[in-house]
Amino acid sequence: MKRTLENIENQFETFQILDEEGKVVNEDAMPELSDEELKEIMYRMVYTRILDQRSIALNRQGRLGFYAPTAGQEASQLGTHFALEKEDFILPGYRDVPQLIWHGLPLYQAFLFSRGHYHGNQMPEGVNALSPQIIIGAQITQAAGVALGMKKRGKKSVAITYTGDGGTSQGDFYEGINFAGAYQAPAIFVVQNNQFAISVPVEKQTAADTLAQKAVAAGIEGIQVDGMDVLAVYAATQQARERAVNGDGPTLIETLTYRYGPHTMAGDDPTRYRTEDMDNEWEKKDPIVRFRKFLEEKGLWSEEEENEVIDKAKEEIKAAIKKTDEQPKQKVTDLIGNMYEELPAHLQEQMEEYKAKESK
Amino acid sequence: MAQMTMIQAITDGLRVELKNDENVLVYGEDVGQNGGVFRATEGLQKEFGEDRVFDTPLAESGIAGISIGLATQGFRPVPEIQFFGFVYEAMDAINGQMARLRYRSGNTQTAPITIRSPFGGGVHTPELHADSLEGLIAQQPGMKVVIPSGPYDAKGLLISSIRDNDPVVFLEHMKLYRSFREEVPEDDYTLDLGKADIKREGSDVTLIAYGAMVHSALKAAEELEKDGIQAEVIDLRTVMPIDFDTIIQSVEKTNRVVMVQEAQRQAGIASYVVSQIQERAILHLEAPILTVAAPDTVYAFTQAEEVWLPNYNDIIDKANKVINF
Repeated sequence: MKRTLENIENQFETFQILDEEGKVVNEDAMPELSDEELKEIMYRMVYTRILDQRSIALNRQGRLGFYAPTAGQEASQLGTHFALEKEDFILPGYRDVPQLIWHGLPLYQAFLFSRGHYHGNQMPEGVNALSPQIIIGAQITQAAGVALGMKKRGKKSVAITYTGDGGTSQGDFYEGINFAGAYQAPAIFVVQNNQFAISVPVEKQTAADTLAQKAVAAGIEGIQVDGMDVLAVYAATQQARERAVNGDGPTLIETLTYRYGPHTMAGDDPTRYRTEDMDNEWEKKDPIVRFRKFLEEKGLWSEEEENEVIDKAKEEIKAAIKKTDEQPKQKVTDLIGNMYEELPAHLQEQMEEYKAKESK
Repeated sequence: MAQMTMIQAITDGLRVELKNDENVLVYGEDVGQNGGVFRATEGLQKEFGEDRVFDTPLAESGIAGISIGLATQGFRPVPEIQFFGFVYEAMDAINGQMARLRYRSGNTQTAPITIRSPFGGGVHTPELHADSLEGLIAQQPGMKVVIPSGPYDAKGLLISSIRDNDPVVFLEHMKLYRSFREEVPEDDYTLDLGKADIKREGSDVTLIAYGAMVHSALKAAEELEKDGIQAEVIDLRTVMPIDFDTIIQSVEKTNRVVMVQEAQRQAGIASYVVSQIQERAILHLEAPILTVAAPDTVYAFTQAEEVWLPNYNDIIDKANKVINF
């Protein structure tokens, strides 16, 4: 469908399948998912919520480093990811560690990333991803490149990248979606609009009524999705993936979501820029509560099952953090050794200097 | 062997690598159909097809950014930044991203990217075309910076850069593109990155230069010879990493040094070279090391360009000073 510029925002109505009560409001759009798959999605969302809670606690105990909380965004993060295949390539932002974990990054490595150890960034064989990007938007042009490369290789896979509402203000956002559009490359650009870029609300970020409509300028498909509705997020991503691998070009997906916690654990205080009313309003839309109601209605989920997931998550996190603790400390000589394939003479000298320092 | 200009040698180097390695991709603004604004990629799209030699949208950050993505798919990208003054647009993608990929990923992912770009003064360009910005890249660990001074070096160094498994910025001085021809082998050959070249041997003073300034230094050496002074001219060829072994050997022989660069003096390559010589060979020096460089202003508007750019007379003047110290 060709969109016209007249009333463009009306052409980006929020796509929803489950309402806040877990009732199907858009039967036609229901994705084909088996009972097992539906349960798997719930399993991952509950697990990831526990991981977030434990990560925050570990950070407060000084046992984790940099951490960007994820609670509230599970449907956006895991619904998009569930539509992917193993061969798809993820270019995450720094809040998108859960997608990496479900793509195959072991938990203890995710913890090492948080602690600032390079082993956290060493993707295991077969895990197609870059490590979490720190510079807002830098991964978006890279995603266009991954997608272009896949197209040149004739692969039936996609590059998927994640940013937030703030990320859409970056020049690299526009350059990335524009390159992918120009080359009709198989890319999916996910904008998790969690309403705030640290403290700046989305209405101060742009005069555009939706972020999805930014796709129009690049000539690519765009859709705004209820980012607290995991089925809608999954369906939108699944359709985007199908278009991409069929050679029909990239898609921009805006998910409307909310982060319950602070921007990161490094001193951000959301009460300075958000009201309690706003928090409460969004918590009513919670992706896990909503999906639980849907599954319970179908007889697919119980409190017992959920408690099993919680216990399993806690146990695995405990084991992972133990493994994290056992990892050898990283050395400056490791870092020097990772600068170039072959060390230039000046770094060889510095290598010797730091070997001596580290052997003391 | 054929007589080639530097631009022809560069085109030839690209052709050789496009032929040798199907993973090599050449792209940038006007690079495909038009063959590049300087014709560096002339005929390559026709020969290798649009899949491998192609035009990009006009966005430097995007050009550098997609290179990293293409590298994840096993390609060996050779993008062009149309003029190096436009590199500011791509600084994060270069210094913030491709330079760090190997390091960031704990040596599991690499960015074998060669960014080619014209730069250099004396050809009356508008602002932000001619600036010597090699220092911006040379300061970034993970990057290599190569600057050839003529056709033979350009082809060999370009092939080495493309085959290197780390990111390289390959800077082509515009004034050298068509200023002279040289014998250039038609087959492939490589020149080691990080290895300087002694362009003229001498025993009285060492002139260290790179890019177009190598020719100013050679001309200065010719003039100095008339006064019985034998100048050694070292062409750095690579400004990151720098071949200090060759420099120090020369200093131990001549005991006198003039460091020459076209770039402004502040915080540049010359400062690094001079600091390393004093750390490694101060007791061999008979005089302070003097530097020839441009003044610490933004690159000159064209009407002041000739005076602003360092020239061979400046080099002769400084060489005489270190000799008569």
